[in-house]
Amino acid sequence: MPCDSAFKNPKDAQLVLEKIAQLSGRTGPVRLMEVCGTHTMSIARTGLKSLLPAQITLLSGPGCPVCVTPAGAMDAVFALAKDPHILLASYGDLLRIPGTQRKTSLLSQKAKGARVESVYSPMDALRLAKAHPELEVVFLGVGFETTAPGTAACILQAASEKLSNFSVLCLLKRTEPALRSLIEAKDFGVSGFLCPGHVAAVTGSDAFSFLPKDYGLPAVVAGFDAADLLYSVAELMRMLADGRPGLKNEYVRVVRPEGNPAALSLTDRVFSPCDAFWRGLGCVSKGGFAIREEFALWDSARKFGFSFSEGAEPPGCCCAQVIRGVVPPTDCPLFGKACTPQDPIGPCMVSSEGACAAAYRYRQIPL
Amino acid sequence: MCLAIPMKIKKISRPTATAEAGGLDQEVRVDLIEDLSPGDYVIVHAGFAIQKMTQKEALENLKLLEEIKDAL
Repeated sequence: MPCDSAFKNPKDAQLVLEKIAQLSGRTGPVRLMEVCGTHTMSIARTGLKSLLPAQITLLSGPGCPVCVTPAGAMDAVFALAKDPHILLASYGDLLRIPGTQRKTSLLSQKAKGARVESVYSPMDALRLAKAHPELEVVFLGVGFETTAPGTAACILQAASEKLSNFSVLCLLKRTEPALRSLIEAKDFGVSGFLCPGHVAAVTGSDAFSFLPKDYGLPAVVAGFDAADLLYSVAELMRMLADGRPGLKNEYVRVVRPEGNPAALSLTDRVFSPCDAFWRGLGCVSKGGFAIREEFALWDSARKFGFSFSEGAEPPGCCCAQVIRGVVPPTDCPLFGKACTPQDPIGPCMVSSEGACAAAYRYRQIPL
Repeated sequence: MCLAIPMKIKKISRPTATAEAGGLDQEVRVDLIEDLSPGDYVIVHAGFAIQKMTQKEALENLKLLEEIKDAL
């Protein structure tokens, strides 16, 4: 990758940290939120939180697609998995997500005999359907705008090949309506956003201009290496200190203002915006993608009459508040005790990109 | 699962291409990238290249970091 080491080993890190500390003297306490699972993990892995002044709190918002999938949806998926003619395929993380009942997951269904497969790409699920013409293959499509174009391409291929035993259960989500819902909630208390670089690679950095324009919040589209994160935090702090919120694209090597038009048009060809349940946010208006009527034959929801309610959280689990950045993972009474990556109760501990899993794996030891 | 990694394109046979990362080759879909040549770097997510990266843009990005630092 071009100039890889320069991004991994930030030049002048000490100087930038000193400047950030000076700026935090002008801003007072600030809370900065990222909304991407890969940011959650990169921030934890690089130790950025421990380097920043105590005035700056870095929070994880609703950025892990697996974590925002509601428990009620998983219950309905488990019911589908009971059909011996159905093979369910999805990304590995999703297979471990519990429903409303403790110790239920697709993996536990698999142990009881359900046909469940972990795949890396929707195209792998399509291949499973071709290899098993005797089964109905259902691909659980979760993700944000980054994942939607690939899922769309997969549905288009299934349609062009008239594959009759393949369908997609579309649980894809849209970032902007969820951020608006989060910001408009009464308990919102975030000073600025690190915007998700790989969502923006598809949507374009301009898709986040509503943050400063409509809400007066500074926003930086950030990459995922140490330099990206450090300089993006510095830029947010500068905007906050100057009292001039704007949108900055720090990840210019990947993100263009207009995004990837080919990917956006493919998404639009197959999906239309729909209301969707998000864990922690409830029903978000236009917060998800639904498969268009034209592709109804490849829509599992239409094919199998799939519907679900939001579902209650497991008792004691704070995932819904953690996802909104209202409760830090370590303040959840279950964190590290009843709920661990080995035996997770909530989705934020299950997914390797979840805020709780990151907080558990990279626990900060006070020096 | 929203992990996306940079990979180097080795051979293109649309709609797929052979891409390499960390010494391992993988077949990826390149439907979403219109202008692509062997040697280009792409960001791959869930088996699909979602965006292209060039040396020129990486250098521009490093220049941008300098600008951010100088403005602090």
